[in-house]
Amino acid sequence: METVIEKDKRIDFFRIEADQVCVDYNGTVALYDASLKLKPGCICGLVGMNGAGKSTFFKALMGFVRPSRGKIRINQTMVPHAQRDQAVAYVPQNEGIDCSFPVSVWDVVMMGRYGSMNFLRVPRESDRRAVWHALERVELLDLRKRPIGALSGGQRKRAFLARAIAQRASVLLLDEPFSGVDVRTEKLMAELFLQFRQENRTILISTHDLSHVRDFCDLVVLINKTVLAYGETSEVFTPENLTMTFGGMPPDLLSGPTGSSEFK
Amino acid sequence: MSEALVFASPFSLLFDPLSHEFMRRALMVSALVGGVCGLLSCYMTLKGWALMGDAVSHSVMPGVVIAYALGIPFSIGAFVFGVGSVALIGFVKQKSRVKEDTVIGLVFTGFFALGLVLVSKIKSNIDLMHILFGSPLGISQSDVNQTLIISLIVVIILLLFRRDLMLYCFDATHARSIGINTSLLHYLLLSVLSLSAVVGLQTVGIILVVAMLITPGATAYLLTDRFDRMTLLAICSSAISSIVGVYVSYWFDIETGGSIVLVQTIIFLIAFMFAPKYGILKSKSSIPF
Ligand SMILES: Nc1ncnc2c1ncn2[C@@H]1O[C@H](COP(=O)(O)OP(=O)(O)OP(=O)(O)O)[C@@H](O)[C@H]1O
Ligand SMILES: [Mg+2]
Repeated sequence: METVIEKDKRIDFFRIEADQVCVDYNGTVALYDASLKLKPGCICGLVGMNGAGKSTFFKALMGFVRPSRGKIRINQTMVPHAQRDQAVAYVPQNEGIDCSFPVSVWDVVMMGRYGSMNFLRVPRESDRRAVWHALERVELLDLRKRPIGALSGGQRKRAFLARAIAQRASVLLLDEPFSGVDVRTEKLMAELFLQFRQENRTILISTHDLSHVRDFCDLVVLINKTVLAYGETSEVFTPENLTMTFGGMPPDLLSGPTGSSEFK
Repeated sequence: MSEALVFASPFSLLFDPLSHEFMRRALMVSALVGGVCGLLSCYMTLKGWALMGDAVSHSVMPGVVIAYALGIPFSIGAFVFGVGSVALIGFVKQKSRVKEDTVIGLVFTGFFALGLVLVSKIKSNIDLMHILFGSPLGISQSDVNQTLIISLIVVIILLLFRRDLMLYCFDATHARSIGINTSLLHYLLLSVLSLSAVVGLQTVGIILVVAMLITPGATAYLLTDRFDRMTLLAICSSAISSIVGVYVSYWFDIETGGSIVLVQTIIFLIAFMFAPKYGILKSKSSIPF
């Protein structure tokens, strides 16, 4: 934690900088002219309907899909360089892992530290402390010895979040971190994100729950193949913009004063 | 041999064979090869590369034949063709819409057929049976040396990249996102696979080498939930099967490669039945009331 604050006292630069990024899958356009600039210490919500290109945007930011056009910088460096610096942590929408793999929750979270370990990946005391701390934060400490396959879906989600936390990256890319987790964990995660913001980290979160955006996102990006609107949540998160994003649904359903939080 | 068996004391059963130079050599080489292949088999089973192992081991056939014909160390020829088959599989898969397992089957049978044709055409002093089924009891000193060197290379690579390879098998996306070069790891693992196939065919031959590359890993996988323990178990079970297999083959005068793999299979079946957590006969008492 300390390191992040120490290194990044300066905040007059962009942590994430995407400039007119275009991505196509074998000719089908998934993302067109997407631009985004995020400063240190902010939480940005990425909102759009299914197939709008949210996951694609994350993958482009991580260099997993090759943009056909456009420029991406993370902490003012090229993506591979930022990755080697452990500057980005990414939690995909579906981990796509083999759940019967013989590793414990502890081992999985420790994988977040590999990049900052020596060549043989021998954990130091500081790595163990980071893992312990991360597990504590997602309330998985009791289950640390379990095989990863013996966790529930939501618990597994938390384990992978813990891995991203343990990495101590300054940029967190979280693709639908709230899907399939319970209310308590949701609250826990929201608090965590607010704390990360204090530490001057930058968090990009895609979500389908619009109440999250209102509750703790400073900025919001509305996308549907391209960035439709982008800016301060209070300005951009309007019924008109949401109607545009979700294509003609009644705005009161999407952003009414109670919205989806009426059951809480 | 087998009539004498009935009367022999356990002591002489174990130690008499050691008086033969060829038995000492066979036991040492088989145990070493077993350990090396056992270590690799963990990665093969976890990555789901059983078919790839089969492909590489069959594809080295023409390489072995050509190497013998040219008088160069057979391991060089085998390695070139092992890596070549992998490269070809990758190329065909990328450039065509044919599914991966089809491509793998197609390429390795092609290579294997080429090997068979070459053997029949070259008509040198290569014993086809030795290549196909291995002959640790008749292994030459130069083959022992090659095996030692290759095993050492494989073990060093696997130990150095132990964690990275585990991460690569478990979650390649994460490996990439923390800046690890995953394509390097991919090719490293394939090269190590080719090398292990080369040493494995010393003891059990081309046809059965894939068993050395998957059975110990599968056995260990049934016994534990920890990766480190799994590698240890795989190495031990594989080395022990090799030693027992060589002894059994000596006592009963049966085919060595077959007996090694058979012992491995029996150990797997025992684990399959009686493994504490994942065996089919595990105690049902864990259900709480
Ligand atoms: N590997 C792929 N090959 C071809 N097309 C793809 C691929 N992945 C995604 N697409 C297409 O690209 C578009 C954007 O997909 P993406 O996964 O980014 O959507 P998303 O916004 O994350 O949706 P969701 O809310 O369902 O997660 C979709 O139309 C999808 O069909
Ligand atoms: Mg998605």
